[in-house]
Amino acid sequence: MTTEVDETLLRSLTPGVLGILRRRGADFAAAEDAVQEALIEALRAWPADPPRDPRGWLVTVSWRKFLDATRADTARRRREDLVDEEPEPGPAPAADDTLQLYFLCAHPSLTPASAVALTLRAVGGLTTRQIAQAYLVPEATMAQRISRAKRTVSGVRLDQAGDVATVLRVLYLVFNEGYSGDVDLAAEAIRLTRQLAAAIDHPEVAGLLALMLLHHARHAARTAPDGSLVPLAEQDRGRWDTEAIAEGVEILQAALARDRLGEFQAQAAIAALHADAPTAGETDWVQIVEWYDELAKLTDSPVVRLNRAVAVGEADGPRAGLAALAALDDGLPRHTAVAAYLHERDGDLDKAARLYAEAARKAPNLAERDHLTRQAARLNAR
Amino acid sequence: MAKYLLLKHYRGAPAAVNDVPMEQWTTDEISAHIQYMRDFATRLEESGEFVSEQALSSEGTFVRYDGEGRPPVTDGPFAETKDLIAGWMLIDVDSYERAVELAGELSAAPGKDGKPIHEWLELRPCYGVPNTITE
Repeated sequence: MTTEVDETLLRSLTPGVLGILRRRGADFAAAEDAVQEALIEALRAWPADPPRDPRGWLVTVSWRKFLDATRADTARRRREDLVDEEPEPGPAPAADDTLQLYFLCAHPSLTPASAVALTLRAVGGLTTRQIAQAYLVPEATMAQRISRAKRTVSGVRLDQAGDVATVLRVLYLVFNEGYSGDVDLAAEAIRLTRQLAAAIDHPEVAGLLALMLLHHARHAARTAPDGSLVPLAEQDRGRWDTEAIAEGVEILQAALARDRLGEFQAQAAIAALHADAPTAGETDWVQIVEWYDELAKLTDSPVVRLNRAVAVGEADGPRAGLAALAALDDGLPRHTAVAAYLHERDGDLDKAARLYAEAARKAPNLAERDHLTRQAARLNAR
Repeated sequence: MAKYLLLKHYRGAPAAVNDVPMEQWTTDEISAHIQYMRDFATRLEESGEFVSEQALSSEGTFVRYDGEGRPPVTDGPFAETKDLIAGWMLIDVDSYERAVELAGELSAAPGKDGKPIHEWLELRPCYGVPNTITE
């Protein structure tokens, strides 16, 4: 009889197993390779023969893989030492082990793409093939990216404290970029952020987790059956995941109560205000503008100011929104789309239609291009 | 088997028969068009003839090397007269005839008033590998 492998369980065991191998003396790169091979074997073997102790199985197989690799490419002397000293499986890994692994995989010496790939593999327990499929690159390319990333961090000492902000940026990227392939990267990012929140007490980690939960809660409502984008105002709010929203709001409130505001908490606060409105018309845009002001103080990102212009347009009317927009560089991504929307709200439908068509030509992805083309078409069909 | 590249143009191909910009269609016509393209790709995957596809943004730049120690020179955006690729689909089929048949099918995608666009698609054979037996 075969059973489905609980991949989430399998992945959640990865950082701990990696930690055990390292404490037995394996260096990070070799230990990580060994764990990856054990994961692939688990995916193959477990359906027919599920282990009673999954973690123990992974430790044993990873250790054997590590020894095999060591035998293959290092001196006999070292191999024999390790075999002689094979220790019993260690105690449950400390949260610190997991935390250090996050810091290492998001190390500032890595490019964002490398940090994302390494985090998904070493912390997330995804296979190279799954990561490659998710990012639409050949498996060999992803394997090379990961092995280069491991070389880059090989000299980093794991006992150094890292900057949690770098880890959060990597997790944010994973959440924000992935919806293709067999693996739901958004769900994976939530799992990894949850695991991080359990390992470190930090309001911005909580803020990011809340932000992800609040956005993921709208996932089902964001796409129409024909695959087209459904903007926030037109989403069927009955399809929002109220449990995820409640959890996100609760996490956010606890974080905000600690009075150490950061950009993820501020973004989550905006998402929470949207989630809180029973209908689009009841959205508290005045408060949203205030949060965008907070956010602008924290990041000074042009994207924030662009979003703020939209919020101002809702709170104080489209003219005020257009005035806020006029202060921004019109070369900003989505500037034209925002202008089109505000002109439509202001009643200048010809101009709005022209701008939607122009925005469609500048759109950064097909889904947005099609959406903006539809907006232009809708106005042109009047 | 032979690989062919199907190229779709923003500019540079002869004008289509039903040549109306998409923003002048109804939203239902847009949906029907997108669905047709999706179904076409799915059919090719099912028949084992699909390799890859990619849509391209209409923005782009020319770049060239400008000598040792100097940053590359860029020139762009593309001039209005430049041939502009909108995207491609790579297929792997038994014959040239099959490639032409598929290109014709893709060109029949519905446009304004639900009628086929009759868009001109460019069909380019890829170079294959040398045959093992040549004499």
